[in-house]
Amino acid sequence: MDLKQLCELPGISGREEPVRRAILEACAQRLGRENVSVDRMGNVVARKPGRVPGAARVMLCAHMDEVGLMVISATDDGLLRVRAIGGIDPRVLVSKRVKVGYPAGGAQPLNGVIGAMAIHQQTAEDRKRVLPIDQLYVDIGAKDNDEALSKAPEGTPIYFDTPFSEFGEGLYLARALDDRVGCYNLLRLLDADVCGDTAFVFTCQEEVGCRGATGAAFALAPEVALVLEGTTANDAGDVPASQHVCCVGQGVAVSFMDNASIAQPELFGRMLALARTHGIAHQVKRSVSGGNDSGPVQRAHSGARTCVLSVPCRYIHSPSSVCAAADVDAQYDLARAFLENETGGAR
Amino acid sequence: MYELIEKLVNVYGAAGRESAVADTLETLLKGHVDDMRRDAMGNLIVQKRGSDPQGKRVMLSAHMDHIGFVVVAVEKEGFLRVMPVGGVGVESGRTRHVYFQHGVHGVIVQQPVPQGETPAMRHLFIDIGAASDEEALARVSLGDVAVYANDCFRLGEHRVAAPAMDDRVACALLVSVLLALDQPRHTVIGVFSTQEEVGCRGAKTAAYAVEPDVGIALDVTAHGDTPETKLPAVKLGQGAAVKIMDRGSISNPEVVQELLAAGERAGVKTQREVLPFGGTDAGAMQLTRSGVRVGTVSIPCRYVHSACEVIDLRDVEAARALLLEYLTSF
Repeated sequence: MDLKQLCELPGISGREEPVRRAILEACAQRLGRENVSVDRMGNVVARKPGRVPGAARVMLCAHMDEVGLMVISATDDGLLRVRAIGGIDPRVLVSKRVKVGYPAGGAQPLNGVIGAMAIHQQTAEDRKRVLPIDQLYVDIGAKDNDEALSKAPEGTPIYFDTPFSEFGEGLYLARALDDRVGCYNLLRLLDADVCGDTAFVFTCQEEVGCRGATGAAFALAPEVALVLEGTTANDAGDVPASQHVCCVGQGVAVSFMDNASIAQPELFGRMLALARTHGIAHQVKRSVSGGNDSGPVQRAHSGARTCVLSVPCRYIHSPSSVCAAADVDAQYDLARAFLENETGGAR
Repeated sequence: MYELIEKLVNVYGAAGRESAVADTLETLLKGHVDDMRRDAMGNLIVQKRGSDPQGKRVMLSAHMDHIGFVVVAVEKEGFLRVMPVGGVGVESGRTRHVYFQHGVHGVIVQQPVPQGETPAMRHLFIDIGAASDEEALARVSLGDVAVYANDCFRLGEHRVAAPAMDDRVACALLVSVLLALDQPRHTVIGVFSTQEEVGCRGAKTAAYAVEPDVGIALDVTAHGDTPETKLPAVKLGQGAAVKIMDRGSISNPEVVQELLAAGERAGVKTQREVLPFGGTDAGAMQLTRSGVRVGTVSIPCRYVHSACEVIDLRDVEAARALLLEYLTSF
């Protein structure tokens, strides 16, 4: 399954089923149905035995879910009121095209557009302020409340209508790169000749608080965990170089610390050493910001040694984010080098 | 007690980088406990086995880490840009001597702040005497954490000031309790925990592994006995503080009573502590597995999270006597 296919599947937090079905199928084809399962939270877990007896048990983590919107009600004139699922800046929303509902059977999702008061109607004051999400609406062309809610009942998921495209030189422009890049690489890594018993975990509900990973880590109790993420590259526009978090095209970003976890210092050091030894383009993530599955995975049970490897993405959590193909490959190469060469994961 | 405290406050140990503190503690405790191990989070977990097979498991937790500044970028001119690790205040970090794990020293400085802007971490930089980014990066790496430089001194007869008093004073207390415990009836597990300052992360996994019946956090608490500071109603030199509650936990009321009664039997002063902010490892222990009875014994401390954290040695001795009495009282 390629990155384009993965990015075009819808899967907002808690409603990951289209992504889950595809990933489950891909894992089953590669490792056999008996080695793949779905837990009660909806995480997909694929297991592969290690070749080195006594090597540390490893969990690899990438999340299936993406940020999006959900229908909560409709106005009398048929406009859908929505809430954000995951962290979305309301400034990126107005007038974007969205899909309402998921494809099911022969039924296709509805086209929608995120609306707000027209510029002609806005006062000078209105133009200065950012409209919060509860003052935006999604127009699906319905004439009244009944029609709107019969087509898109409360709880219907909404995702950005952005096609996947190649962009510039070696770049991708797509929705949901965070974290379909990680899912894509986890699928590629199923072939790795792993040292320790390895669980490939495709988690759900990361964007609403790493909820899927919590249960999965408890069930698996890994000794070492690598989290494959898409992270903020704050490297465009007028941002001074000292505030760049990481840069698109400069390799996989290895984190020493974010808001959810501090990388185990020796494991962080091992990842940098492996990248150097294997000639893999890499950079240190230069900010303590964001959080990801590493937090709950590190602290489930009696603890695991963790490190986060990220693909830098511009305009993350928006309808259109950008990343570099070479960085996606670097994330894959570094994770593979770890799986195939490290037995203890640095104690 | 002073020598032990001095030894421990002078060891490097920012949150997430506590291994040197654990090494020192291991040396101090070697031969005096039944077993000793470290876990994936870097916690040092030691055990004194109880004589009674029906005895309880009591976990005492003191954290090894302290607050610091993590390097996130290096300017062309060789200055380091930082972000906070734990609750470091911008104001207490103004023009201070700091140092790194590998012995590099520096000065943390606040650059001029434009009018109308509130001083923030982005206005701070560390000067390590490097003339270029290249020179700086030869000595310090991104992700290295600076802490306030060692500066332990006595204030009058009973008081001691040092950075990292939070929570090395409690590490010293826990060491001295473990050394004094002679064939306890209940199993006592000493946890020297990691990453307390970023959210009691180490104690969480340690408590899961230890599965205690009772968990007592040993930590410092804020003071209310200096000009214009009234809360909490805790005073230096007035004895060990037994915590009723803070933002992270409400102590089990029976544990509070047992600790206060133990203090009384031991003939030492105690104070009741209600802290309107903050939290300790007790919060993490309490929510472990199906729940744990917890309490906290605090050492009152002035100017917490600054480069000069001040405690009174008499309060540490009171806490030690209280704990030894408590551990042999049931």
